[in-house]
Amino acid sequence: MNDAYIYDAIRSPRGKGKTDGSLHEVTSVRLSAQMLNTLKARNSLDGHAVEDVIWGNATQVGEQGGCLARSAVLASDLDERIPGLSINRFCASGMEAVNLAANQVRGGAGEAYIAGGVECMSRVPMGSDGAAIAVDPSLAMESYFVPQGISADIIATEYGITRDDADAFAVESQRRAKTAWDEGRFARSVVEVRDRNGLPILDHDEFMRPGTDMQSLGALKPSFQQMGEVMPGFDAVALMKYPHLERITHIHHAGNSSGIVDGAAAVLVGSKAFGEAHGLAPRARIRATAKIGTDPTIMLTGPVPATEKILADSGMEIADIDLFEVNEAFSSVVLRFMQAFDVDHGVLNVNGGAIAMGHPLGASGAIIIGTLLDEMERADKDVGLATLCVASGMGAATIIERV
Amino acid sequence: MTQFTMSTDADGVATIVWDTPEKSMNVMSSDGFVELDGLIDEALANDEIKGVILTSGKEGSFAGGMDLNVIAQMKEAAGDNPARGLMDGLMATHAILRKIERAGMDDKNKGGKPIVAALPGTALGIGYEIPLACHRIIAADNPKAKIGLPEIMVGIFPGMGGTTRLVRKMGAMAASPFLLEGKLSDPKKAKAAGLVDDIVPADELLEKAKEWVLSATDADLVKPWDAKGYKMPGGAPYHPAGFQTFVGASAMVNGKTKGVYPAAKALLSAAYEGALVPFDTALKIEARWFTNVLMHPSSSAMIRSLFINKEALEKGANRPAAEDQKVARLGVLGAGMMGAGIAYVAANAGIEVVLIDRDRAAAETGKAYSEGLLDKGISRRKVTEEKKAEVLARIAATTDYAALEGADLIVEAVFEDPGVKAEVTKAAEAATRPDCIFATNTSTLPITDLAKASERPEEFIGIHFFSPVDKMLLVEIIRGKATGDRAVAKALDFVRQIRKTPIVVNDARFFYANRCILPYGNEGIRMVAEGVAPALIENAAKLVGMPLGPLQLIDETSIDLAQKIARATKAAMGADYPDDAAKDVVEKLAAEGRMGRKAKAGFYDYDDAGKRTGLAGVLGGWYPVAATQPELSEVQHRLLFAQVLEAVRALEDGVLTDIREGDVGAILGWGFAPWSGGPFSWLDIIGAARAVELTEALAATHGPRFEAPKLLREMATAGETFYGRFGARAEAA
Repeated sequence: MNDAYIYDAIRSPRGKGKTDGSLHEVTSVRLSAQMLNTLKARNSLDGHAVEDVIWGNATQVGEQGGCLARSAVLASDLDERIPGLSINRFCASGMEAVNLAANQVRGGAGEAYIAGGVECMSRVPMGSDGAAIAVDPSLAMESYFVPQGISADIIATEYGITRDDADAFAVESQRRAKTAWDEGRFARSVVEVRDRNGLPILDHDEFMRPGTDMQSLGALKPSFQQMGEVMPGFDAVALMKYPHLERITHIHHAGNSSGIVDGAAAVLVGSKAFGEAHGLAPRARIRATAKIGTDPTIMLTGPVPATEKILADSGMEIADIDLFEVNEAFSSVVLRFMQAFDVDHGVLNVNGGAIAMGHPLGASGAIIIGTLLDEMERADKDVGLATLCVASGMGAATIIERV
Repeated sequence: MTQFTMSTDADGVATIVWDTPEKSMNVMSSDGFVELDGLIDEALANDEIKGVILTSGKEGSFAGGMDLNVIAQMKEAAGDNPARGLMDGLMATHAILRKIERAGMDDKNKGGKPIVAALPGTALGIGYEIPLACHRIIAADNPKAKIGLPEIMVGIFPGMGGTTRLVRKMGAMAASPFLLEGKLSDPKKAKAAGLVDDIVPADELLEKAKEWVLSATDADLVKPWDAKGYKMPGGAPYHPAGFQTFVGASAMVNGKTKGVYPAAKALLSAAYEGALVPFDTALKIEARWFTNVLMHPSSSAMIRSLFINKEALEKGANRPAAEDQKVARLGVLGAGMMGAGIAYVAANAGIEVVLIDRDRAAAETGKAYSEGLLDKGISRRKVTEEKKAEVLARIAATTDYAALEGADLIVEAVFEDPGVKAEVTKAAEAATRPDCIFATNTSTLPITDLAKASERPEEFIGIHFFSPVDKMLLVEIIRGKATGDRAVAKALDFVRQIRKTPIVVNDARFFYANRCILPYGNEGIRMVAEGVAPALIENAAKLVGMPLGPLQLIDETSIDLAQKIARATKAAMGADYPDDAAKDVVEKLAAEGRMGRKAKAGFYDYDDAGKRTGLAGVLGGWYPVAATQPELSEVQHRLLFAQVLEAVRALEDGVLTDIREGDVGAILGWGFAPWSGGPFSWLDIIGAARAVELTEALAATHGPRFEAPKLLREMATAGETFYGRFGARAEAA
């Protein structure tokens, strides 16, 4: 089996996912194409240099539909012989793209891939592609469907995570993100978004609220209490699946949950031979990949079993991991991960996460792999693990090691 | 026998009159469908007929619903493949209704004949689904009429096109109270909701219907869903607004039905899947889901208990032969909560009531209870001032036993003390004529013992009401050893007058209902002591379809009552008393002053207004929650079998003589998992063999109270079902 290596990893800055967000004017095809063009330019990927572009996206409808990956290739400077594959594993789509690419390379199906993803949440709203699990009564009822915010609150209730815990975690995410930006820690990855005329549109993560403190978060009302307790009453459904709980404690709000943003990311994955042929030095080896299904009602606990699986599959232990990136979909997701593996916050999301900078669904998996790699290089750590919770009860994980 | 007849007038308007022989209200039968189909064919083929009025020959009603034999006949129509028989039968019905709806129109929606439904009154189930297929629904202004689709109440859903048509007509959100809750409307409300098109004076019904037929244009005949560019009101499932509706509907139905009622889920699924396809495909989908529900054992069991057998019991299935025993003048002794409630329901049913208590003030307070309920009715516009005055005028509150003169039934609801009861029995018998029946509303004391105070034990009987009397549907009639048939007939006729459902049981400790519900409460309480998470106990009960968890139930009925019953039972049983584990917890709560809801402290905490705020935190200190919790199914089986085994023992002991009463009584009396059809139906669903297997496991872990009664073991060995073995007798009765 071949080894698969990361040669480069880039991302766009994250724009506020609203109509007044800076990236709202940029189409998802164009934002994707800019990532592809940047990778091509930085790594001289002329001609049929990569086997495919595997592109994650969670809302494949409208401009993000119709195999966005192929559209993005055609809109970019890449050779048209590179086809393009759109994939959807919701929030882990970008990671799944990287993992698929790695495993194709490992299996010998091509020497190199561009893998990543995009989500223009201000343009293609989350959920606008429909979802049988939420809408089809026979499935929704049998799977005890509740929206993610309720699931995050079930995690908090089940594992004793308090509002204060969650708020403190969010404050720290903001603080760390600010420090990381101030110190230029994302400089290698972040690619300024420019218009057709070369004029700058956005060069920083504009969602951040660096001044956030416990007091400002304390003023926010729980976001999911109304839909949980009153209309339409999702808590009752949650308790059917978790009958030992008396009630769901609603602790999440906009300030301790991930932000809705626009963004994209891309990773260049290839074999050793690919690097040699193109004169590129590998930055890290993709050591292991994993994906797993979990209970769809609590939905977002996937990082725990995904991590257990990836460690078991690769014969590793949690202590072998030097650095962690756990996607900050909701505070409780990460706090539960830390609780389950007794991982210290000091080695996890050290540059902040999606609570501070935002979570462009289809891109985040690729973003956190890049963030992890940058930090491993900066802090001189050998082995890193990235993982995300995934809608409908799934999880995904990737372990990388520096070479 | 002819059920539909057609006549055509000089203007070419045909009137089809539905008149089911020997029924006070029309019901649709298999033959009825064939006749209706034939007449529609004839009307559409005959060039002299311009249009059709479909109406009823019954005064004040159009139709009450479907003869349930139709379903049975469909099931049998395809031999050993009942699903095929149902599907084919339902599709054939859809074809008839669709023929009415299309009425000969071509594919450009031209050339059809107008068909109007003229409803003199009540139109339920298929009695509303047929009008829904017509081009216009005109209802008489009959305020007593009920219009709607109540199918969901008996465990099925409107499966003759009602679901598909109503969702398309008004949108999923607007249709949901009528489909998912079976909400019925009088004509005025039906018009406001869009269920009917016009309301006209009753004596102009046919005239107005004819006017409409003669003035109808081609466009008036086309249903929105048959017109080009139809869009579902409120949005189809993947339209942003429809999305919210459907996501919310699943959650609401799931939370409300706790996943145990297949009909609601099937209905929603039929609505959802149907909304995504053209109309005729939607009907096919509706038929598939309806078939699925009709094949579900829960639906058959619910129909049997809540529809067929409930009605049979109300009509006197177990009434001994005796002349009419309708009550004219009722004496109620004791004007507390129960006595006051009994006085209210009787007066409300037109019976003269003498309400007696020891002092005048107490008697008046008892009467004021009725006034309060009537005022509440007025504020909800269910009762008029005139009605209130009439009802109150029927209640004479007094302290004087002489007022009982002329009473033909006495119900005593005094303090649960044999001495007090004996005293009032004697006093009442002295004041009434010799043929007056004396009933005790005791819930715990044996009737045969109380009858000892009576001069006329043959005329002495138990009539056990449930609290609150005006809301609870069941009345348990208890035959003492000496109770005569006329007393039973009297009690049954009285219960029929007040429009409740009776069961008749023989005398034994706690009779039937309390005998079964007490172990349920005790089982829940035991689990608290064992360290089972109280939330798990309560949720497990609800997830198996119980309306209240056992701990909430005990809080509602009060800890001191539980304590009193436990102490009395222990005193009576001595060393055989099996429930010390539960009694200890009750004693602990009582010692701590946590007397239940009325004390704003019990297994639950309450706020100052008496609203439950959550399971009591202090419980965890006294009975720490164990680190390892049982499986949900184990908790559920314990709670179910605690009741169900007692029901079987009641049958074995001869307390119950009819399993129909056991099932109907359980559902109406204490809310036993209605989806199951009752304890005996539930045992039939899971099978006696499986029940014995489950109880053996429970007995091994939790003790001999779970040992299967001999009868159940026998049935398991013989492979019998309760309705197979005892149902025939019930039908003969």
